[in-house]
Amino acid sequence: MNLGKFIERLLHLVPVLLGVSLIAFLMMAVTPGDPVEIMLGDQQVTEEQRIALREDMGLDLPLPQRFGHFLKNAVTGDFGISYFHRRPVSQVILERMPATIELTLVSLLVALLVAIPLGVLAAVKKNTLFDRVATLGSLMGISLPGFWFGLLLILFFGVTLQILPVSGRSDLGSSIAPVTHFLLIDTLLVGNLAAFRSAVAHLVMPALTLGLPMAAVLMRVTRTSMLEVLRQDYVTFAEAKGLAPMRVLFRHALKNALIPTVTVAALEVGSLLGGSMIVETVFGWPGLGRVVVESIFTRNYPLIQASILLYAVIYVLLNFLADILYTVLNPRVRL
Amino acid sequence: MSVNPALLSESPAQLDTPLRRSLRTFLRNRSAVGAVGVVLLFVLIAIFAPWIAPHDPNDTDLLRRLQPPVWIEGGEWTYLLGCDALGRDLLSRIIYGSRVSIFIGTAVVVLATGIGIVAGLLAGYLRGWVDTVISRLVDILLAFPYLLFAIGLMAMMGPGLENIILALAYKEWVIPCRLVRGETLALREVEYVEAARAVGAPAWYIMAREILPNILSPVIVVSTIRMAHVIILEASLSFLGIGVQPPTASWGSLVADGRSFIMDAWWISTFSGFAILALVLAINVASQGLRDAFDPRLQE
Repeated sequence: MNLGKFIERLLHLVPVLLGVSLIAFLMMAVTPGDPVEIMLGDQQVTEEQRIALREDMGLDLPLPQRFGHFLKNAVTGDFGISYFHRRPVSQVILERMPATIELTLVSLLVALLVAIPLGVLAAVKKNTLFDRVATLGSLMGISLPGFWFGLLLILFFGVTLQILPVSGRSDLGSSIAPVTHFLLIDTLLVGNLAAFRSAVAHLVMPALTLGLPMAAVLMRVTRTSMLEVLRQDYVTFAEAKGLAPMRVLFRHALKNALIPTVTVAALEVGSLLGGSMIVETVFGWPGLGRVVVESIFTRNYPLIQASILLYAVIYVLLNFLADILYTVLNPRVRL
Repeated sequence: MSVNPALLSESPAQLDTPLRRSLRTFLRNRSAVGAVGVVLLFVLIAIFAPWIAPHDPNDTDLLRRLQPPVWIEGGEWTYLLGCDALGRDLLSRIIYGSRVSIFIGTAVVVLATGIGIVAGLLAGYLRGWVDTVISRLVDILLAFPYLLFAIGLMAMMGPGLENIILALAYKEWVIPCRLVRGETLALREVEYVEAARAVGAPAWYIMAREILPNILSPVIVVSTIRMAHVIILEASLSFLGIGVQPPTASWGSLVADGRSFIMDAWWISTFSGFAILALVLAINVASQGLRDAFDPRLQE
């Protein structure tokens, strides 16, 4: 890939990131209610202390200047104090983010593992009963409200069969010393298989809830691109050469058919992060999404603001990555 | 020279127009037609809710607290789907909940499509700085996860029906806008638009009379697809407790109400969620049929 084009594309991110920051800033800056009052809560303070706090938080400055401060602080990871936790927002985010990332990545894995085989099979068996059932299944998948699907899983696997835990991240997690903060990895690092099993069991339902709707989208993409590839001359040629059908499918067709799937998957990780708020609420998953939802009720605006900005920046970077990935995987496309 | 006699016998009005062809293709798609029927049924239920609902959805009766559906022991015919934790009739609340979902879904999509069409036409036709500003704004808004963006706005504006519509429409308009911009960019160079420009037609006239009618069908198809998405988002906000506020019945909040009683009264969340699934699935199937018939280019 051309380095000049890469840098040009990278520079395009600057106005978008600035705009994203401006919106995240304005969203909370114009929110009714005095941040000082919310932060103080029931605490009794003098008027002087109140004014000092206001100055300390930069609330006495004009809006453009406040935005400048916000940007400067955001770059250094300083998002102020979480009103509810009474700790720096960045600390709360760092604490909660690994659980959300772990859930997101496992959900992505679930989505890919379900979508790719089903998508390929649906394309190979085009217009058969299997294809129709798979298409209907994918339509169901994109129509399912995540919060309801999660509750149904709880009802079936947690309440009726009682084979999966319905809430939390692990029964034994607190006894594991965090190394990477990803419980699946940490439990393996210390060789605690019981804790690992518990972590996996806790992940099953949230990951299915988050991953299956995404699998529905990816399955459709895989099916369509596979159909496209199967029509290409080089596939016909490979078949004419007498190669085994499986070899043609996996060695020749699948490699190219997966390019759109991988690109869309990279884009959809942003949606997974967004959807994690619902899933974390349903399953009491101790991630960032749940804290964001709780923050609305405690009017913990700095945390909401920082999370919105963080998620948006991740999303922008993922989009960028997806673009690059698409160009790398498919050299015919130029940036 | 031989002339096709069928052509001679047909008047110009009887000739096959693209619209008729698309309509015929759509009507041949039985599942899509059935799905339209289901959507219409939901719309009728929403409109006639006061006449259809067996009870007042907000009437509480603590003696009927968590009463099961009719087919489970303890249930009765007058409360077909059972009652919630305050003894309110679940069926009536689901019937009234359809009003919220359909109203918000329609209002958001109409508002967002209106804004998106105007912004997309301006960006695609005028180009220059107008296009740069609108396209940048679209890029920026697309960067926010939808639900998180709506949550941030709801935190800012507070709960309420109007605020939900605004919170969702603030981001939703970028979808039709991008589509309209792309279509307009392609159409602004075609002969009949150039001809209109050559005879001195003003820009607004060209956008409204020459371009808009020719891009409406993909816009309508995409709007129907988005309606399903918006309904799920509204239900998600209500489920989280920041959407429609009690005692107004909305499907998302009904699922949330039943969540605390999922062990003893599974029917509350299950039936309410099923209503969301049924409507959203019907809209998705119908919009897929519409897409195949009216704008096959939009297929994946």
